[in-house]
Amino acid sequence: MAAEREPPPLGEARPAELEELEDGEELFASTVSTMESSPSSPEPASLPAEDLSTNSNGPKPTEIMLDDDREDLFAEATEEVSLDSPERDPILSPEPTPAITPVTPTTLVAPRMESKSVTSTAIFDRSREEIEEEANGDMFDIEINVSDPEKVGDGMNAYMAYRVTTKTSLSMFHKNEFSVKRRFSDFLGLHSKLATKYMHIGYIVPPAPEKSIVGMTKVKVGKEDSSSTEFVEKRRAALERYLQRTVKHPTLLQDPDLRQFLESSELPRAVNTQALSGAGILRMVNKAADAVNKMTIKMNESDAWFEEKQQQFENLDQQLKKLHASVEALVCHRKELSANTAAFAKSAAMLGNSEDHTALSRALSQLAEVEEKIDQLHQEQAFADFYVFSELLGDYIRLIAAVKGVFDHRMKCWQKWQDAQVTLQKKREAEAKLQLANKPDKLQQAKDEIKEWETKVQQGEKDFEQISKTIRKEVGRFEKERVKDFKTVIIKYLESLVQTQQQLIKYWEAFLPEAKAIA
Amino acid sequence: MTTTLNEIKHLPTLALLVCCEYLAIFKKTVAMHEVFLCRVAAHPILRKDLNFHVFLEYNQDLSVRGKNKKEKLEDFFKNMVKSADGVIVSGVKDVDDFFEHERTFLVEYHNRVKDASAKSDKMTRSHKNVADDYNRIGSSLYALGTQDSTDICKFFLKVSELFDKTRKIEARVSADEDLKLSDLLKYYLRESQAAKDLLYRRSRSLVDYENANKALDKARAKNKDVLQAETTQQICCQKFEKISESAKQELIDFKTRRVAAFRKNLVELAELELKHAKGNLQLLQSCLAVLNGDT
Repeated sequence: MAAEREPPPLGEARPAELEELEDGEELFASTVSTMESSPSSPEPASLPAEDLSTNSNGPKPTEIMLDDDREDLFAEATEEVSLDSPERDPILSPEPTPAITPVTPTTLVAPRMESKSVTSTAIFDRSREEIEEEANGDMFDIEINVSDPEKVGDGMNAYMAYRVTTKTSLSMFHKNEFSVKRRFSDFLGLHSKLATKYMHIGYIVPPAPEKSIVGMTKVKVGKEDSSSTEFVEKRRAALERYLQRTVKHPTLLQDPDLRQFLESSELPRAVNTQALSGAGILRMVNKAADAVNKMTIKMNESDAWFEEKQQQFENLDQQLKKLHASVEALVCHRKELSANTAAFAKSAAMLGNSEDHTALSRALSQLAEVEEKIDQLHQEQAFADFYVFSELLGDYIRLIAAVKGVFDHRMKCWQKWQDAQVTLQKKREAEAKLQLANKPDKLQQAKDEIKEWETKVQQGEKDFEQISKTIRKEVGRFEKERVKDFKTVIIKYLESLVQTQQQLIKYWEAFLPEAKAIA
Repeated sequence: MTTTLNEIKHLPTLALLVCCEYLAIFKKTVAMHEVFLCRVAAHPILRKDLNFHVFLEYNQDLSVRGKNKKEKLEDFFKNMVKSADGVIVSGVKDVDDFFEHERTFLVEYHNRVKDASAKSDKMTRSHKNVADDYNRIGSSLYALGTQDSTDICKFFLKVSELFDKTRKIEARVSADEDLKLSDLLKYYLRESQAAKDLLYRRSRSLVDYENANKALDKARAKNKDVLQAETTQQICCQKFEKISESAKQELIDFKTRRVAAFRKNLVELAELELKHAKGNLQLLQSCLAVLNGDT
């Protein structure tokens, strides 16, 4: 894996993705063989939804299993579920979603699914999980690049437009390679939509890059200095990582809003993302309200797993923040080192000029040259420090905030369920009173209300169980991604350090004979 | 609880760090003292000085009296007068080409060495800051490694170890640059100042000589105190010629020593930089081999 040392970094996921792609193909081969060998196959239509439990569904999980890890994931999920009809409705967006048609990268599974009735939610659910597992195995085969930032417009209305290029072989997209122009608020709009749709049912939606009023104002005003170029580059890289993370999520990849974002040439402007808009202020108020609520909800955690995980994420959050601070300090000091080395190089050159011993004078000039090259080296290393290491940490700190948010949603869900139970109880008491008072017309209404709330309690319980199940799966996926991400990025970072040392050796080896030549 | 354990774990490292720092500074001081003594020993006149011999041979404690207040004050005033004079005296153009050249050279050289010395200091300090950051990063990674529940904990621990080791090397780079480059430049900053002072003293002597000449002419014209004026003039002449001769030699020696010192230090600097870079490289590559093997 060659280390890429230029600042516009990361098509970083690329080398890793390619490797995984090869693995995916192998895995698929094994899936093919298992599927063909068992004709009485996993066909979703033949089994009702509940049979996700281990009893009757024996063969199915193993057939989908593409590797051990996934087996564990799926097994965990199967143990959780003991519900009636899974409630996938919130996931489906209002539009007639093409997501129902088999969108797996594999054509083998598709025909079979089409032969069955695909309309029942039960089937759709099962097949969706299959799709997700399949998609995981195939590593999505989708590559996103964000490039060519260009300023559009003038003055305070100006904005940066970025080119988003997608390369994919997934059949759900109209073409294999296409690109669109998007501005920052478009990305925020996309995230907002995805978050609204998926976070409250337990999906960890990757957060969008942060807004920066100062940064953008400088760009708008037209300052062409290095700090605004750096700002734009930082943002471009962040947007690229954001999209890459989002498409890696199997459920989000299916989302039509995401597809529209990547594909359609015109996108309605997301005005609600502006900080000072009505929607923005509403968001702030909601956030504050949420914070207060969080403090007041005391949940009886029956599941130790959640408590443990929350604690773990809290610890991880703290540790990452500390590490991030240290790495940011490193970036700062490395930049200083680069500047000071450059200053020294100039000074050494001047000293060499005024030195009247010829050989020494030449050696000093050469020292100045070496130091100048080294200063460049330090600058490049500082880029790597930042774009490879520091930004990864920043991303994960924000991701963990999203994870915490998802846990909070679960708490709210629980609260809603509890509240429904309390209300039901009250209605029952009211009904009992009415019975004694013997008011037949009001009695009927009371009975109706009881029915209504009984349904709500049931739904509340179902929702809670579902969100718990989803979170477990999501956390499992998240942890795997995290491990992979960190390993890849840290190795890349270390490789950048290796390159720096190799260059240093070259420079000093070249200088040594010059120093010895002083006579 | 875990944080305290972490800190305790690092105590021996901290103690080692303090020792390393102390050793580095000690090394510096020893090196400078050595250079100083060698110079005195090599000096044709100073090597014969009794104080010097006592210093080298007396095997019990020397009791050196520090300057008292009065002496310190005298030094202060002397310096003030010197710099004021320096301005006046260096306006005089020298007849002797050698000294004229030396003066132009020294003034410029001194300023540039001063600048280089300051910049070198800043550079070595930055290096040290980077080394310190590596230290903190290593500790953070260690904390992450001990707390993580996934299989990445081994990974973090290995990288933490790497940062600990590479930090030591970076700290050495900083210390060696300080020793071989910053100290060298600082030393020659003082040396070039001393050479300038020598030129100044010679110029003063020249002024005295010229004044004595003028006084002699005047005395001869008035035919008063001629003998005294002649004696004074002769003494001044002798002084001037003596100081010119020794100054010339000193300045030539200064150049020879300077070239030798720069050569020695630049060679050693390059060798040390190479050694450290190779050490770093080896550390990084072996760590990468382990990490890639595990993944």
